[in-house]
Amino acid sequence: MQLTLGPVLYNWAPDVWRDFYFRIADEAPVDAVVVGEIVCSKRAPFLADHMPAVIERLASAGKQVMLGSLILVSLPRERKQMAELAAAPDALVEINDLSCLAPVMNRPHAIGPYVNVYNEATAGFFTSRGATRICLPPELPLSSIATIAAACPDVVIEAFAFGKAPLAISARCYHARVHKLSKDNCRFVCEQDPDGMAIKTLDGQGFLSVNGVQTLSHACVNLIGDIPDLVQAGVRSLRLSPQQCDMVAVAEIFRAVLDGRRDAGEAESELASLYPNAPFANGFLHAAPGANHVAAKPSAAQAH
Amino acid sequence: MELVCPAGTPTALKVAVEAGADAVYCGFNDETNARNFPGLNFNREELVAGINLAHRRGVKVLVAINTFPRAGAMELWHKAVDDATKAGADALILADVGLLAYAARTHPNQRLHVSVQAAAATADSIRFYVENFGVRRVVLPRVLSVPEIAAVTKESGCETEVFVFGGLCVMAEGRCSLSSYATGCSPNMQGACSPASHVNYREERGKMVSRLGEFTINSFAKGEPAGYPTLCKGRFETDHGIGYIFEDPTSLDAATMLPGLKAAGVTALKIEGRQRGRAYIESVVQSFRQALKALDAGLPIETAKLAALTEGQTTTAGAYRKTWR
Repeated sequence: MQLTLGPVLYNWAPDVWRDFYFRIADEAPVDAVVVGEIVCSKRAPFLADHMPAVIERLASAGKQVMLGSLILVSLPRERKQMAELAAAPDALVEINDLSCLAPVMNRPHAIGPYVNVYNEATAGFFTSRGATRICLPPELPLSSIATIAAACPDVVIEAFAFGKAPLAISARCYHARVHKLSKDNCRFVCEQDPDGMAIKTLDGQGFLSVNGVQTLSHACVNLIGDIPDLVQAGVRSLRLSPQQCDMVAVAEIFRAVLDGRRDAGEAESELASLYPNAPFANGFLHAAPGANHVAAKPSAAQAH
Repeated sequence: MELVCPAGTPTALKVAVEAGADAVYCGFNDETNARNFPGLNFNREELVAGINLAHRRGVKVLVAINTFPRAGAMELWHKAVDDATKAGADALILADVGLLAYAARTHPNQRLHVSVQAAAATADSIRFYVENFGVRRVVLPRVLSVPEIAAVTKESGCETEVFVFGGLCVMAEGRCSLSSYATGCSPNMQGACSPASHVNYREERGKMVSRLGEFTINSFAKGEPAGYPTLCKGRFETDHGIGYIFEDPTSLDAATMLPGLKAAGVTALKIEGRQRGRAYIESVVQSFRQALKALDAGLPIETAKLAALTEGQTTTAGAYRKTWR
């Protein structure tokens, strides 16, 4: 089982962003890393200067580097950014919007969790056009994951295993709206919330997180207790999505459980102290409301 | 421009046909369509009868099979495609790539439209569907401004259809799991957003509180109308205050934008609302028929009648005006 670090979704300061990836390259036991600004095209220029050094450092450390496409492409500027992304000769591009697919079709590429792959027919379509990796949408239940993985034995099927679940994308920027600004003149207020802006219900219950045009869950997906089921389902990679916490330690804990060096229950407690900001959830995997946390089956807990 | 109207039931289909629809759209009464609500939609015999009725009046029937098939259960969706084609549907409205591939392969002469649920928002993504599946029309997601619609229509060379009235998704359609996060039911998989089965209202300290699953979506003072708790139209709290974070309880009305949409080269105008009753359908379809007549005659478009039909009495032109973003 591989570990893949998903792209940083939030608007982190460029230097913080660069140093985060340098440390991942040097210390994190992950096999693959997705880099690039995939949420908001306005943020991309700030990271551009650091991108070559980050890619170089990760590649030198033996990580497979993937370049993530934008989730929602609409402006001419965004189409140009995506054309440049696809033109990089050796890059493995992770497609998050089908408008980016044509230039990489029939050469190896990855399909990201923002492309609607709900069944084996769709997975098969993309596989036959060159997809070598598919990170499935976080919404999928285990039964769907297993069916798709069985139908695509040559593809690395990945499950979204840690981090706030991306739930929606919009043309409207909710950070700008909350701050009473227009999207075109947003003053990059999203940088105030490097772990997302908390959206609570009127009775104070944590519910969602806003990240510019993206809406995520408040709860943090954590499938560490579901690893035996994921292995059995044919999943070959787990995606860890960066939150404001020690992601090197998160990766180490997942690696330890995968290698049978740590009990899942103990690992879950460690993760909870590393990331105390939000409760854990795994409801989607269990065909329950995504916000729910379903306890691991006793048999699964004993698998290691 | 063609007027495409909702038909949630055989009765609504008849009403829409008589009120001046050029085409109606409907779906089967199961999870294959994105308005899978109790008491709605068509069985196989009803679809055949509805198509016969519409065709006698020169009205087209478009069948929406626009959820994303459940892995391991593709047959249910394949059968919907086969049966709708056999029944004589003028077009199938599909969203899933695997299902589009099946329809194009199995029924090469059947006209295919890309559902709004596919969120094809650029000329590049439209070309993907045209080149791979031979689709003839795309229903555009509600993320584009009118000038952007014009550019996409021109560059893609594909017919475009846009929503002009009714419920308004504020998220890119088909790319939203908010409902399943709160309830376990998603538009993409089960064909239902914020389903009534998970809604409850209760009184708390003199206020009417609306909830979806385990989450409070809104709270209303005495006398304030308690709207339906559609998740993205709820009132929530951030460190910056309380409000409608995503969108006000408003609905789409683009009647005043019809001249711009016509100039943009749009082929068809779509009215949302397969869950609506016959009086609503009749009134909205008649109003848009009159608006299109006025447009063709170069007369001003009368919109007052529509205003009375909208949720919460407020409307927006949504993303069609760039400032909405």
